[in-house]
Amino acid sequence: MTATRQEAAPAHGVVEHSRRLARPAPWGLFALGLLLGAALSALTGFSVVLTVVYGVALGTLAVYAVSRAVEGRRTSFDRLVTCIVTSAFALAMVPLVSLVWTVLSRGLKRLDGDFFNSSMLGIVGEGGGAYHAIFGTLVITGITAVISVPIGLLTAIYLVEYGTGRLKRWITFLVDVMTGIPSIVAGLFAYALFALFFGPGIRLGIMGAIALSVLMIPVVVRSSEEVLKLVPTELREASYALGVPKWRTILKVVVPTAIAGLATGVTLAVARVIGETAPLLITVGIINGTNLDPFQGRMATLPVFAYYQLTQPGFPPEFAIDRAWTAALILIILVMALNIVGRLISRFFAPKTGR
Amino acid sequence: MTTTTAPPQPAPPKRRMGDRVFAGSTTGAGVLILLVLAGVAIFLISEAWPAVMAPARDIPGGHGLSGYIAPLLFGTLMAAVIALLVATPLAVAIALYITYYAPRRLAAAMGYVIDLLAAIPSVVYGFWGIATLAPALVPFYAWAQMHLGFLPFFAGPASATGRTMLTAGLMLAVMILPIISAIAREVFGQAPALHREAALALGATRWEMIRMAVLPYGKSGVIGGAMLGLGRALGETLAIAIVLSASGGITFNLISSSNPSTIAANIALQFPESTGLDVNTLIASGLALFVITLAVNMLARWVVNRRADFSGAN
Repeated sequence: MTATRQEAAPAHGVVEHSRRLARPAPWGLFALGLLLGAALSALTGFSVVLTVVYGVALGTLAVYAVSRAVEGRRTSFDRLVTCIVTSAFALAMVPLVSLVWTVLSRGLKRLDGDFFNSSMLGIVGEGGGAYHAIFGTLVITGITAVISVPIGLLTAIYLVEYGTGRLKRWITFLVDVMTGIPSIVAGLFAYALFALFFGPGIRLGIMGAIALSVLMIPVVVRSSEEVLKLVPTELREASYALGVPKWRTILKVVVPTAIAGLATGVTLAVARVIGETAPLLITVGIINGTNLDPFQGRMATLPVFAYYQLTQPGFPPEFAIDRAWTAALILIILVMALNIVGRLISRFFAPKTGR
Repeated sequence: MTTTTAPPQPAPPKRRMGDRVFAGSTTGAGVLILLVLAGVAIFLISEAWPAVMAPARDIPGGHGLSGYIAPLLFGTLMAAVIALLVATPLAVAIALYITYYAPRRLAAAMGYVIDLLAAIPSVVYGFWGIATLAPALVPFYAWAQMHLGFLPFFAGPASATGRTMLTAGLMLAVMILPIISAIAREVFGQAPALHREAALALGATRWEMIRMAVLPYGKSGVIGGAMLGLGRALGETLAIAIVLSASGGITFNLISSSNPSTIAANIALQFPESTGLDVNTLIASGLALFVITLAVNMLARWVVNRRADFSGAN
């Protein structure tokens, strides 16, 4: 066996050993490019942005050129693409880091007890807070969840367990389409609906909740549907085999198995609507005092509060602008916290499948 | 085996009360969604109708409804197209990086970080846009006017605040990036492992493998994802309302401070102070936006679903 192979190898000529760059070589070349970039930008008055732009371009070029000389056309092109793709990822990180940094550095200033304990009632200039807006947001988001979660869950159960034929296809398709409804259109819908019955110019908390539900339901349906599909058919069949009716199978077997995923989906859906501003702007409006009754007049909500504090700060403007940034910071913290909680739920409470 | 007597037919399963109630309520919820979507269209039309019927001089601007919506529509499309042109290549590159280049252990975390971009509320993007992005772009606009001023896009005069159409478009690009890259990531990840391994086994480099096995497979997914991003960009409201300095009028000039507004931003800015026919006009423009995004989304879903059928057959 070994003998034949040894004989065969020389018969086909010498095996070509392609030359490869050592592992750290591309990194070194890239660093060299960055250094050159720094030098180049120093020529025209040093700036960090230009350093990075020149540096990445030169670094990529250096890696490509050396690789082309040593490793040949195909490998060098591969390395070029690697550089481009990695830079693209790094580029996408810039806005995220910059955004979080901006909001943190400007929002921390007013992140104090006063901000959480006082509303804007009778406040001119310094002080004041978002007590009314934070609780307004909680009330409206709570009502939205109460409307959306049952409808979304039931629809998902219909699609996975009951749906057949044309109706199922239509609902799936329209739920997808509904995910893309612009948030402002959802707001206009809620306004048009209420204006028809209560006359023009109406602003109510419940209108905001209905507008947000239009945005939240499709998200709940989509995520719940994905999760319910993952429940093994064997579980259902085992339950049917024991004579359990279908509805009890769904309630006692399918839903409990998927509960962690469902909770994650709902949490992420809440995270999506809690920062929505546009629909609330045109359905709920803003007030300075605390109103927690969604059926009675305007309410304050955190995103709308932030928007008005920034765009209509009054005089002197700096206090309102500080409040706006702190409200934005709280919004980001809320959204991030909901996202993290959602992921944690699915990580820690997922059923052990044993496979 | 040879017996001719048919086996006794099992009695049809009895429909229990609980089953009927449960099946009914789930079906009802599904149908309710159809009704909501129909309701959105019906109520928007009913509230937009007075503006459609009103004489041209009563519409704000005095040029009739189409004269009112046209510049807004132009601005909407302009910002969305800029966003799409910037975001699509970037999103594809990011998706490739996460699926095929990033260290395996970090890839999931990187995907999560990109998804975080999608979670940030629109109004916070607006804050960031006006406070950080716009001032950061001012030197570039001055440079562009000086050196690229012969192009109609950079004719200037360059904005001193940076609140231009290009800033708005770039900000939208950041906002739709995670949407496109999420879908691209999904389809790239599903490229058949056998095709990929076959390419590598034949001696293809990583890029050649991607070009031959992954990109052809993921093409329609990327197109669909880009259109979903377009739908999102068309409807984006407050980020643009905050960042864009709008004065109406149709212009291709991307770096000056007089820009057409977008439909959604215009509604957000005008609606709180509007009464009477102005409200109906705004709702009519919202209806136009609804129809456009609906069409874009339907097309996108159709493209994406077609690919899903195709991959299911494989």
